[in-house]
Amino acid sequence: MSADGSDVPAPSADALIKSFTMNFGPQHPAAHGVLRLVLEMDGEVVERADPHIGLLHRGTEKLIEYKTFLQAVPYFDRLDYVSPMCQEHAYALAVEKLLGIDPPPRAKMIRVLFSEITRILNHLLNLTAFALDVGAITPLLWGFEEREKLMEFYERVSGARLHSAYFRPGGVQQDMPAGMMDDISGFIDQFPARIDDLEHLLTENRIFKQRTVDIGIVSAKDALDWGFSGPMLRGSGVPWDLRKAQPYDSYEEMDFDIPIGKNGDCWDRYLVRFEEMRQSLRIMKQAIEKMPGGPVRINDRKVMPPSRGEMKNSMEALIHHFKLYTEGYHVPAGETYTAVEAPKGEFGVYLVADGGNKPYRCKIRAPGFAFLQGLDYMSRGHMLADVVAIIGSMDIVFGEVDR
Amino acid sequence: MTEALQNLGDYVAAAFPDDVTGHSIGHGELMLSVKRDAAIRVLGFLRDDPKCLFQVLVDLCGVDYPDRAERFDVVYNLLSIKLNLRIRVKVTTDEQSAVPSATGIFSAAGWFEREAWDLYGIYFADHPDLRRILTDYGFEGHPLRKDFPLTGYVEVRYDEEQKRVVYEPVKLKQEFRSFDFMSPWEGMNHILPGDEKAAKPEAKPEGSK
Repeated sequence: MSADGSDVPAPSADALIKSFTMNFGPQHPAAHGVLRLVLEMDGEVVERADPHIGLLHRGTEKLIEYKTFLQAVPYFDRLDYVSPMCQEHAYALAVEKLLGIDPPPRAKMIRVLFSEITRILNHLLNLTAFALDVGAITPLLWGFEEREKLMEFYERVSGARLHSAYFRPGGVQQDMPAGMMDDISGFIDQFPARIDDLEHLLTENRIFKQRTVDIGIVSAKDALDWGFSGPMLRGSGVPWDLRKAQPYDSYEEMDFDIPIGKNGDCWDRYLVRFEEMRQSLRIMKQAIEKMPGGPVRINDRKVMPPSRGEMKNSMEALIHHFKLYTEGYHVPAGETYTAVEAPKGEFGVYLVADGGNKPYRCKIRAPGFAFLQGLDYMSRGHMLADVVAIIGSMDIVFGEVDR
Repeated sequence: MTEALQNLGDYVAAAFPDDVTGHSIGHGELMLSVKRDAAIRVLGFLRDDPKCLFQVLVDLCGVDYPDRAERFDVVYNLLSIKLNLRIRVKVTTDEQSAVPSATGIFSAAGWFEREAWDLYGIYFADHPDLRRILTDYGFEGHPLRKDFPLTGYVEVRYDEEQKRVVYEPVKLKQEFRSFDFMSPWEGMNHILPGDEKAAKPEAKPEGSK
């Protein structure tokens, strides 16, 4: 333990050095929320990491069983609260699959556009908070400025900056306001320069590289074994992206690349996320170019409510509205596992319907849950300070881990 | 894709004629029902067989059907990156019977099984570390079971006198309201809750008038 030349007396040869346990969190800024980590340390080397999760457990899955299918949507915003729309997306797709409906093309394209906005929103927070964890403050401040612009798009389209409840089974809640796509185009034009700025600060930064290169290496085989997905898997060199492999909504029409890492260390995962932001911009650009016209909700009054104006004139529309917002719609019995490529990785919903108006079971498969499980494997033999870098590179948000 | 899934289902069922009790395709997804004791053999086969290579355990969860003899389902969702296919394996169990743990095959199973144990009380044999994971330290009961009330049994608050957090039986300001949305125009059996009197005149023996 004592370095050469220090005045700490060296332990005698027969002295037994006992490993000790240390509590990390739940009130630690680098724990990204409410992670309590029990570390068994041998000096400054981690022998075992035992994450205690559940401090943010709110019983989302239980609550969803007592709500109608539509009322369950806002719970998905509150899981991973930095990428809300991607989770609504998984749920909306699952319900649509059970109902056997297909949303109109414009709704699909809007979903793609906002999924990618969400991806940038998420990566901006993760990358800059990761940099903060390993000692760089400025990127966080710059990143939040850009996030603010993206959250304004959220607010304009759904009325809420964070908990948008915008993607609904059967389409999206409302059409984009006029001029919105021009403003998003403006963002697409100016944002690459911001990415470059951030990269100048971080990517080749000596301190940053010392903290991240060769830290928390995951081989491709182990990444699969531990159920990793998203940048955690791609950082290890597995070119697997659900947007390409099992495309949903309009992703099939999009032209984009999947960045992969080489060594599977923290730095590779960081680089993958940076490149993903650039690819997201490409997708957003194409989505705006290809944006079709037409309705944004399925024209089925048993699933999606009628317009406000229609309700003023039609008794039937009023009844439909009332029934949808009290009883909700009944989903035929069946079950599905539907997953989307959320910014963090594969976000899946295993939905069981029994023919009633409430889900019988809604299991939420959060990518962060699998990542955090692998923390023990990833951090063994590393120094305490590396654990912080590993957690930062995992992109953990406790809303989804604890559910 | 459905054809590939159908072939795969037939292939696995043929490899385990005694252990795979059924396979079906619903909503474009393949589902295998497997006997509890054979779960590990089948999962190992699905991972290693060159025609399957389901190397990722994406998800493992419990589902509760209280009316059945074996009330729980354990659902394994597997993903094959080579074939770009998914498969769902189901095993049934009850409160007493242990399901063999899949941790020896998929490292990812560890926490998912802890979660199923925590939320449903499904016991996994040979699990290296079967502790509660999501609920509070010292929590009692398995909250995702259908017979566990949504509001739970205890609530916590900080007690100013004892200077610590105390647990108390849950007190609701308002009774939990569960709305019944049976509607008269969707083919119901014409029995409205609270309207039992409607059946009475018929029950009267004839001639008692």
